[in-house]
Amino acid sequence: MAADLYPSSPAPSAASQTRFQKLRKRLHKDRALLLLALPGILYFLIYKYLPMFGLVIAFNDYSPFQGFFGSEWVGLGQFRKIFSDTEVLRVIWNTLFISFLQIVFAFPIPIVLALMLNAVRNQLYKRIIQTVVYLPHFLSWVVVIGICVLFLKSEGLINEILKSIGLPAIPFLTDPAYFKPLIVGQVIWKETGWGTIIFLAALAGVNPNLYEAAVMDGANRWRQTWHITLPSIRSTIIILLILRLGSVLDSGFEQIWLMLNPFNKDTGNVLDTFVYFKGIEQSDYSFATAVGLFKGVVGLILVMGANYLAKRFGEEGVY
Amino acid sequence: MRDKSIGNLVLDTVNYILLALIAAAMLFPFLYVFSVSFSSYKDFLQSDILLVPKTWVMDAYRFILSSPAFPRSLLVTVYVTILGTVVNLFFTSTFAYVLSRPVIGQRVMLFLVLFTMLFSAGMIPTYLVVKETGLLNTIWALILPVAIAPFNLIVMRQFFMGIPSEMNEAARIDGATELQTFWKIILPLSKPALAAFGLFYAVGHWNNYFSAILYLNDPAKWTVQVILRQIVIVNEPTSTLAGGAALMENAPPAETIQMAAILLSILPIILVYPFLQKHFAKGVMLGSVKG
Repeated sequence: MAADLYPSSPAPSAASQTRFQKLRKRLHKDRALLLLALPGILYFLIYKYLPMFGLVIAFNDYSPFQGFFGSEWVGLGQFRKIFSDTEVLRVIWNTLFISFLQIVFAFPIPIVLALMLNAVRNQLYKRIIQTVVYLPHFLSWVVVIGICVLFLKSEGLINEILKSIGLPAIPFLTDPAYFKPLIVGQVIWKETGWGTIIFLAALAGVNPNLYEAAVMDGANRWRQTWHITLPSIRSTIIILLILRLGSVLDSGFEQIWLMLNPFNKDTGNVLDTFVYFKGIEQSDYSFATAVGLFKGVVGLILVMGANYLAKRFGEEGVY
Repeated sequence: MRDKSIGNLVLDTVNYILLALIAAAMLFPFLYVFSVSFSSYKDFLQSDILLVPKTWVMDAYRFILSSPAFPRSLLVTVYVTILGTVVNLFFTSTFAYVLSRPVIGQRVMLFLVLFTMLFSAGMIPTYLVVKETGLLNTIWALILPVAIAPFNLIVMRQFFMGIPSEMNEAARIDGATELQTFWKIILPLSKPALAAFGLFYAVGHWNNYFSAILYLNDPAKWTVQVILRQIVIVNEPTSTLAGGAALMENAPPAETIQMAAILLSILPIILVYPFLQKHFAKGVMLGSVKG
């Protein structure tokens, strides 16, 4: 089924005869390399590009029995449904709100931690701290949320401590008000250490002469940080912030899916989880695909826009 | 050149203490989970914060490892991780190598790869393709749809481009074909890089939860992460471990089972962590270099 996806060789015409022959010669010369690339090419065609043709079901009323092209064509009907469905609007709001919280609270913390690590002069101490703070990045979300649940459930460690000092237990996992703070807190715990790596690399590139000059001028450590360190990593911060803004519609699928329960579904459901529930659990393939496509297209525009912005800021851009 | 005023000394001390506290916040959950998993239920109930087991009890581990479900899920996950990583390395290294050579259509192929990093068809169309290609409910569904991570492909291509082209020239003059050059010269030179990418892919397979939930519905094929969620987050330790069989008798308390299951599932990660750490800073840096 992948074979017919191959771009067929262009039909020879009199004018392009020589070009065609050149192409054939090139193909012949590179045949070993192309053979080597075959698994990779097939992978991208089947699992990345074939699904893009499957997006056609966002424009019809797909039923598995009538197939991709046999189902009733509804044009933009599914998309109109997106904006009249209050549940979808709520889900979009949740997605943006969680992303906003991540950017405000989880984004700056690795910068602060990187500055703190950079100020450590004892290399052994620095290495030990780094070893510990990078570790959570390599744990699965099931493990991180599992530990979180064990600590926060009604008879978990935190509530036992609260009760033992005479305070009432807090329903962290069932009260929807705690859902978003918990999501952000888990991301901070898991990814802060890992997030420092890129800033530490930028900090390592700062010219030490600048600090010497600053000390000569009588600048203390705070002023050195403010006037030398931060300006030298400004471009890294701006690039990463802009990229983060480009992915505001991604709010951590696996994490949120695992944290959802009947109590918090209203505040916690985001675009990705919504697509899962609609498409996989309720088999409303067309509507779920339309929501996914909407997210994909807006995401693409945001990333391109973010990249454009980065270039406007005089940075190199990423793509 | 740094001056040693009192102010700086205080600043340094505060910084060291804060960093130690942050590290403690990362380590404490592990210590707690570790000690509860080895504690008796009585000790667990009596003490508020348990950091070292008072008496060492292995009941939870014995129970988990003698249950039908958990060892089976470990086997499945080990199998998927090894097979998946081999597939990852084969698909990624061959394609990355070709893209690092002056091959016909290189620009088109690179564009098609980069485009998938910006836009994907999404969950449902991918799910339907997996279904149509007959992978649903087979462990290949956890391997083939993620055979290449585009990011790793680009980084590995950068790596291959760093190998001097004289190597290829010399091999060609000696009469080696492109395939022989790749297999006998390039790959042996790339062993450290392959090890690094292999580790990252392997950790990804081990930690992957969502593919299993999306594509597998046969409990016999459940991976460790799926079982772990049932045990800890859904809070059904004994029935999950029994896996449909009659409930086992004399089950240890739920808490100790849950903590022990978490520890068993992260043990492989902890074991490879020193090797990971050796590589990852370099990997992240390589990736940030523009292609």
